[in-house]
Amino acid sequence: MENSSKRPIYLLPYYLWIALFVITPIALVAYFSFFDLSGNLTLENYRNFFTSVYLRMTLSSFWYAFLITLFSILIAYPTAYLLTKTKHKQLWLLLIIIPSWINLLLKTYAFIGIFGLYGPANQFLEFLGIGQQQILFTDFSFVFVSVYIFIPFMILPIFNSLDKLNPALIDASRDLGASSWTTFRRIIFPLAIGGVKSGVQAVFIPALSLFMITRLIAGNKVITLGTAIEQQFLVTQNWGMGSTIAVFLILFMFIIMMLTGQRDKGGTTNVKTK
Amino acid sequence: MSKLNNPSKIYLAFVFIVLYAPIFYLIFYSFNSGGTMSGFEDFTLEHYAAVFNDTRLIIILLNTVIIALLSSFISTVIGVLGAIGIVFLRNRKTRSAVLSLNNILIVSPDVIIGASFLILFTLVGVKLGFASVLISHIAFSIPIVVIMVLPKLMELSSSLIDAASDLGASKRDILTRVIIPYIKPGIFAGFFLALTYSLDDFAVTFFVTGNGFATLSVEIYSMARTGITLTINALSALIFIITLALVVGYYVFNQRSRQIAETRGGQS
Repeated sequence: MENSSKRPIYLLPYYLWIALFVITPIALVAYFSFFDLSGNLTLENYRNFFTSVYLRMTLSSFWYAFLITLFSILIAYPTAYLLTKTKHKQLWLLLIIIPSWINLLLKTYAFIGIFGLYGPANQFLEFLGIGQQQILFTDFSFVFVSVYIFIPFMILPIFNSLDKLNPALIDASRDLGASSWTTFRRIIFPLAIGGVKSGVQAVFIPALSLFMITRLIAGNKVITLGTAIEQQFLVTQNWGMGSTIAVFLILFMFIIMMLTGQRDKGGTTNVKTK
Repeated sequence: MSKLNNPSKIYLAFVFIVLYAPIFYLIFYSFNSGGTMSGFEDFTLEHYAAVFNDTRLIIILLNTVIIALLSSFISTVIGVLGAIGIVFLRNRKTRSAVLSLNNILIVSPDVIIGASFLILFTLVGVKLGFASVLISHIAFSIPIVVIMVLPKLMELSSSLIDAASDLGASKRDILTRVIIPYIKPGIFAGFFLALTYSLDDFAVTFFVTGNGFATLSVEIYSMARTGITLTINALSALIFIITLALVVGYYVFNQRSRQIAETRGGQS
């Protein structure tokens, strides 16, 4: 510690990593966003982004991300709350997390079968007398599968913040005559809002940038910002336009981070959420 | 502790069923002799045989495992050294700046990481394939290792290090005999998380993989785009069992090391 002025040699790889793989890539994306297909310096990409095609795509991407986040919260909150009340809660929590360790592609692939024309979902509808429906390649299936994928990442932070809650506060509120609903609205919810915020962070940003699920499940019916970036980079090979969309996605990311930012740095909650 | 009433139990059971149903659905049909994921015909193991007979698939599987092990090992080494460096940064501002830079890759969407790395590799001239995938996996695993190791390092009291150096330990001794043993659980957690990140990654790999090289995720994606093959089901059953074994193993390991830590020194 005594020679903190001297740069220790063992830090070199780490700083190299920051320079090469954190700063350089972002700078490159920003740089490339100013070039068109033939390599001319231009603001054309930005002008394009503000045309109705891209604006509508951005809006719909936000709308789907909003829906996915909303349904995730609606399902995850009660689940997390009830989990804190179970006996072996750590074990139950582990059981919630295990599906999130299964390869994302495999889970998505399962839904191709489940939602398929002859799959169990359609068999169930037929049993109800509704008859066969086209479920796969609709926006319903897209939202459903995305919520399915993201649910554990919403449950985990909400569970953590609910679990940290001091039960004496809830008892006090009940003793003072508050109903269960008032207790929830005035005590539990405000105190555990941090978990919801981390959950939103963990779900909303990835939901904006999904591209694999849109391709496999929504059959190109849904175009998110992520799909657009992938399309520009790997299909059209228009890196300039792709970088421009990426610049906006990074901007949105920072805005969402600021909106859901917290004073206490509980940074570890959103590890394992990609 | 209040007991759960029946509606709550039903709700929880419902959530668990929905979470696990697709996985068991996949595994169930991996034994189907009919070629589809609807209408179970007869029990068969032919799809498992197909997995093991498909040399291409086995090579991809090996690639995936090699990439995962190598990338998490290298990123653990760099990440642990980085975390130690961060802790010893005296200046608060520098420290929080480095930490923010560290976390950028954790919060960035995969598409951005993939696209920007693609630009980087193309400009520098790294051929897309094994090398580019390995480097990308190392790059996005480093911050995860740092995040897992940092809390342990913060716990380490500086008097331990002072004591060691007062007793004549060299810097290397302090690192290998004091710091590393103390933060071991964090290192293992980081390594393990990096491993699962690497095994799980699709989006970043998809961007930087080029033509000749594939990891399992990328391969499943291209197989799934052409339709349903029950080989994928058999593969997923195998992966599920391996994942389960890893998670349970890690859980047991964690419990045990916690117990050891508790019995060893409850006075800290």
